[in-house]
Amino acid sequence: MSLLHTINKSPFESNTFDTCLGYALDGSTVLLIEDGVYAATTDTSAAEKIKNASSGVTFAVLGPDLQARGLEGKLADGIKVVDYEGFVNLVAENDSVQSWL
Amino acid sequence: MAIKKFMYVNRKPPYGTVYALESLEVVLIGAAFDQDVSLAFIGDGVYQLTKGQNTEAIGQKNFSPVYSALGDYEVTKIYIEKESLEERGLTLDDLQHLVWEDEDEDYAEKDSIRLVSRAELADVMAEQEIILSF
Repeated sequence: MSLLHTINKSPFESNTFDTCLGYALDGSTVLLIEDGVYAATTDTSAAEKIKNASSGVTFAVLGPDLQARGLEGKLADGIKVVDYEGFVNLVAENDSVQSWL
Repeated sequence: MAIKKFMYVNRKPPYGTVYALESLEVVLIGAAFDQDVSLAFIGDGVYQLTKGQNTEAIGQKNFSPVYSALGDYEVTKIYIEKESLEERGLTLDDLQHLVWEDEDEDYAEKDSIRLVSRAELADVMAEQEIILSF
């Protein structure tokens, strides 16, 4: 079973990101959307946690949400950028979706 | 009307919720009343001022250019908390450069942004008469 986790909260404002990391098993994908995209930016504790996470977990960020916030140039290494079509593909490829709120 | 010291405290990032836009609208409306206005950007609020915001693909209005008009509304004291920037891997270079024109000095352009520590901002906050939090 593979899960797609989506996070839409800033890692600085809620513990959603940290909680999700504890539930992200190998083979799953964590997609950062809306205010969740701040976890994907360089020189933050969240980006450090992504770097140290299991290599079996894939991290992705929704490009349009990153662009809206002016942070395209600050994307940390090891995080894949997807567009809305890519988001749909991730939903289709995984067995189910856990939308962390 | 007596002039009061107003501070608007911004702690939310833009677009994910409506707080940032609502705050900006209240600031602009309030500016019509000639009060002594300060804006504080703390925590994720600093993200409101990032350069290069492009909201085309998310279908929301990009309101970030409006911040540059604040100077024309005599909103000239914009406090950015240093600790919040650092925690987010940002520097002032990542934010818009906001200025105002000083009528008393032949419209000389002056910086609106004041980079301050949490302790310094706490002192400024303590001097306020009315604090509105977003």
